[in-house]
Amino acid sequence: MRLAVNGETYHTEKDTVGDLLVEMDISPERVAVEVNLKVIRKAEYAGYKLQEGDSVEVVYFVGGGEVDARNKCIEGRRQEGLWRISLSLGA
Amino acid sequence: MEDKFVIRGIEFSSRLWIGTGKYRNFEETARAVEASGADVVTVAVRRVNITDRKSENLLDYLDPRRYKILPNTAGCYTVEDALRYSRLAREAGVSEMVKLEVIGDEKTLFPDTIGLLKATEILAREGFMVFPYTNDDPIMAKRLEDAGAAAVMPLGAPIGSGLGLRNPYNIRIILESAKVPVIVDAGVGTASDANIAMELGCDAVLINTAIAGARDPIAMAEAMKHAVIAGRLAFKAGRIAKKLYATASSPLEGMV
Repeated sequence: MRLAVNGETYHTEKDTVGDLLVEMDISPERVAVEVNLKVIRKAEYAGYKLQEGDSVEVVYFVGGGEVDARNKCIEGRRQEGLWRISLSLGA
Repeated sequence: MEDKFVIRGIEFSSRLWIGTGKYRNFEETARAVEASGADVVTVAVRRVNITDRKSENLLDYLDPRRYKILPNTAGCYTVEDALRYSRLAREAGVSEMVKLEVIGDEKTLFPDTIGLLKATEILAREGFMVFPYTNDDPIMAKRLEDAGAAAVMPLGAPIGSGLGLRNPYNIRIILESAKVPVIVDAGVGTASDANIAMELGCDAVLINTAIAGARDPIAMAEAMKHAVIAGRLAFKAGRIAKKLYATASSPLEGMV
C-alpha cells in the first residue's frame, strides 16, 4: 500500500497506525499522528486502519520559542529555520 | 512575603519562561534553561524525521516531569493551521497548554489578531489553556481574555528584534485592565528589558532569541533570571515618583 508519510511517498504492508509506527521504529509516547488531517488518539493507534493513498503526519516537539519567518509549517521548507536545527542534529 | 504565580490552579516556580529555538544543540538548550531557573519551556511541533529514526528528542534533554512544556503554533499563518497544530500538540501528550500564534506577516511576524481571537475562542471551548501571542493592544488583550485566554502575551517588540519594550505605556494599560496574567513575549534584547517588563508589573516574561543568540547563552540565561527576580521585587516594593529636581537625602539639621 502506498501512503504519504510526512510528505514523502511511503510503501508499506502495515495497515494500522500502530503497526506503521512500529515499522518506522517510532515510539508513540511523544509523537502525535494525523491521518488525512484528522488527529488520531493514541488509544486508537492499534485499531486505526490505513487506506491506500492516506496522508499521514507524524510530529513531535522540537526547539522553538518565538516563530521564525523561515520556519514554515508542515508543508514547509525544511532547509531553514528550526528545521535546520532538528536536521543538523539528526533529530 | 510569598509571591506565588498561579494560572488556573497551576503554580509556576519562575516568572521567566524560555523558548528553546535557535540554540546550537540540545545540550546547550538544557544548560541555558537550567541556568535561567525557568520551569516553563516553549517548544514547536514539527515532523518527525522518518528517514533517521534513531535521532535525539528534545524532551530527552528537557524532562517533562521537571519542566512545564508549552507547545506553540509558531509558523502558523491561518486559524486552521493554528488549530491543527494545537490539537496535534495536545495529542503528543504533555500538556493542555498552548502558546497560540497566528502570524499575520512574514516580515514583521506581528500577530493576525483577528485570526488569533477566533482561534482562542475555539481552543478555549475545547478545553485548552490558551496563551495567545498578541499585540501590545489593550483592547485586543481584553477581547482575548473574554474569549477564554488563560493569560495574554503581548509583544514588547517584533520577535527576535531585541528592541525591548517599545510601548511600555500600552503594556501598563493592559496590566491595569486585564484580569488574566500578562506575560511579555518577544522583543526582549537584554537583561534590562526583562527587568523593565517586570518592574511594570507583568506576571512573567518569555525570552528566546536574547538568550539563544547571546555570545554566551548560559551567562545571559542567568542574567535574565536575576533581572526578572529584581524587576518583580522592585514592582512589589513600589518605585518612587519621578521628579525633575533634586531632593536631598541627607539631613540638613546638624550641619556645622
